[in-house]
Amino acid sequence: MLFNLLLVLILTAVIALWVILPWQGALALAALFTAWLLLTRRGQQASSVARVGISTLPQRLGASAVIVVGIAGVVGVLVALLAMAEGYSQTLRNTGSRDTAIVLRGASASEVMSVLDSTSVTLIPQAPGIARDAQGRPIASPEIVVAANLPIKNGAPGEEGSVQLRGVGEQAWAVRPHVRIVEGRRFKPGLRELVVGKGAAKQFAGMQPGREVRLGSQTWTVAGVFASGDALESEIWGDVPVVADTYRRAGSRGAVTARLTSPEAFEGFKAALEANPQLKVDVETTLDYFSKQSERMTKVIRIIGITVGIIMAIGAMFGALNTMFAAVAARAREIATLRAIGFGGLPVVVAVMLETMLLALAGGILGGLLAWAIFNDYSASTLGAVGQLSFELKVTPELLWTGLKWALAIGFIGGLFPAVRAARVPVTTALREL
Amino acid sequence: MKYLHLVWASLFRRKTRTLLTLVSIIAAFLLFGLLDAVRTSFDQAGHSANGAQRLQTGSKLSFIQTLPQALHARMLMVPGVKDVTYANWFGGAYQDPRNAVFSLAVAPNYLDLYPEILVSDAERKAFAATRTGALVGERLVERYGWKIGDRIPLQSTIFPNREGSKDWSFDIVGIMRSGDQKNSAFFDQMFLLHWKYFDETTPYNRGQVGWYVTQVNDVNQADRIAQAIDAISANSDHETRTQTEQAATAAWMKQLADIGLIVGSIMGAVFFTLLLLSGNTMMQAVRERTNELAVLKTIGFSDFSVLAMVLAESLLLLVLGGLLGLALASVIIPIVSANSGGMLKLPPVGAGSWTLGIALMLLIGLLVGALPAWRAMRLNIVDALAGR
Repeated sequence: MLFNLLLVLILTAVIALWVILPWQGALALAALFTAWLLLTRRGQQASSVARVGISTLPQRLGASAVIVVGIAGVVGVLVALLAMAEGYSQTLRNTGSRDTAIVLRGASASEVMSVLDSTSVTLIPQAPGIARDAQGRPIASPEIVVAANLPIKNGAPGEEGSVQLRGVGEQAWAVRPHVRIVEGRRFKPGLRELVVGKGAAKQFAGMQPGREVRLGSQTWTVAGVFASGDALESEIWGDVPVVADTYRRAGSRGAVTARLTSPEAFEGFKAALEANPQLKVDVETTLDYFSKQSERMTKVIRIIGITVGIIMAIGAMFGALNTMFAAVAARAREIATLRAIGFGGLPVVVAVMLETMLLALAGGILGGLLAWAIFNDYSASTLGAVGQLSFELKVTPELLWTGLKWALAIGFIGGLFPAVRAARVPVTTALREL
Repeated sequence: MKYLHLVWASLFRRKTRTLLTLVSIIAAFLLFGLLDAVRTSFDQAGHSANGAQRLQTGSKLSFIQTLPQALHARMLMVPGVKDVTYANWFGGAYQDPRNAVFSLAVAPNYLDLYPEILVSDAERKAFAATRTGALVGERLVERYGWKIGDRIPLQSTIFPNREGSKDWSFDIVGIMRSGDQKNSAFFDQMFLLHWKYFDETTPYNRGQVGWYVTQVNDVNQADRIAQAIDAISANSDHETRTQTEQAATAAWMKQLADIGLIVGSIMGAVFFTLLLLSGNTMMQAVRERTNELAVLKTIGFSDFSVLAMVLAESLLLLVLGGLLGLALASVIIPIVSANSGGMLKLPPVGAGSWTLGIALMLLIGLLVGALPAWRAMRLNIVDALAGR
């Protein structure tokens, strides 16, 4: 009893260390272990015992599959859920950059809530640090972000969703050079024309160039479709004075986004605006702004992923325990014989663990590959600030590594107890069994 | 039934194995219970007897666009309308702009339309009498340690007051409790202030209303009334869109996440694994007992009763683990809801989840037991006893 308690304590410590171990550490550990297997006498004993165990695996195909599939399930689900969090935060993070800045009215949580009066809108582009175009005009775009109700693609009649509508200034394209028109053309200033993001075009009906959509009581024409590879793709854009008129905003704007001469220019830009007594604004790089916007949601998805993962892991762990106890019991005589002819306890423990960890590794790889094959670049959508936000799940190498770590941890726990039992049963009892 | 003790004994013949398998099954059904609760809370959002009587009217253009207050009187004249109230989004935040407080500026009769929000009569009177008064949800009060009589600062992330500052202050005059635990997730987190005070204090609103809520006399007339309300402002610059509360909430939830798909995929993976795992246990169990089964047959048990006994064993295993798992889920859910600080509010495991869960236990139990039971039935006594 006391021994088992001690084992649990050691286990907790090992798992805790394992969680914080980077991949280099794991690699070093693996190298060290291999060296031990090959070079020391006990290591050689362990590897020969392990070889016998592993060579009998095909005979226990069903039972071994329980470990592999169980762990693959855990890793697959975990990686898919984390990939959702990753894809979401990447999409928002990519929207921002270090060399563009966003100016909001003070204490506004987002662009939608911010209102800048016309004086501020005139003053902000005059601040130092803003890049200038060929004609010498500052590259800054006063914008408003509002929501619009649009019919959902393939939805029931009358079913509407909310889309983020951004009224942009003429410099918007220069502020965000990565935004390019993939179909049709840009909207013409002064007209009720829209360009729609690729993501929005997927979610809402009637988003092809030339088609007309109704915003409230007005009819707007879709001029083109744009791609940007980030959160902007879920938006639709129109000319800012026209959008402001539709939403009865007169001369006020929501926020100003500006391209800086360089990331280093940001400090000066921010200081100049904050020092101006006529302005009461918050200045952030767009990278910071969009990263903060994604924080909460990313955290929620991660917590859900890890909770589901832990519960599934418990199930898989007990499945592995079951299988390995059965495997050890089936080979009880063989193991006892080995110990009787002089093999130590340690090689036996290591051999059983090695076998379980190999199965777990296979499960981890299988689960990770499945998650990658099915869910990498899988499109999903949720509610952004005020509209539908499309993003793609991203199965990154870091996530696959996290999945493998989980798999090996489950294998470790699942193998340890059966291994210790195999090594601790008195030889005489084991030989008499069956 | 009379063989129950026999089935029970064979199930616990190998205690360790059965217990380990049981834990796996418990984990699977615990997860099922939790995820199904999440799915149900999404599905049920907005479904309630009171909610069915309420219509929401917002701007057709978008939910952030406001409507003139003059509509109030005209909406009251629509036949079949019992009462109309209105509210504005205040966008409050406490201490930090990212610490959002779910705050609404509401008309004096707002609470009349929401009987599921419980406020004592004295506190309602105090609210009506205090211009800067606020009613605060129970959980919100707990979270920030406020009490009745406190004057608290609240910033609005949208509206400055007359002095151009976004720091407002309110007197807490009452506490709201939610009368219906299952469907009123938001009410005990809400912060209500007077629309009149809000409108007079901020220069940015000028008699605008965020949305109207209409109570109808007869639920069956809801569609006709919704159309009549929308007809009032047809072809104006502030066209409206009126929906039942249920439809409006369902549309939001649908945009938030396709929760059915996510839950379905996870549970698919879990149950597939479980099938394999418990199937393996049952195969082992029957393989070990080949001799005993042959003896049973020798002393006169029919092929069919051997089949039934093995099936019963796997059903018992699944049902036992499944029920324990769901029971565990019903214990854990209230704890999670209570400790999430209002972030999560899950309904308890409902009759629907139990039914679906039990159906799944039976189905998986039958699937898992089918192959071993078939083998046991086809067992040849002579071969089995001879160990061939």
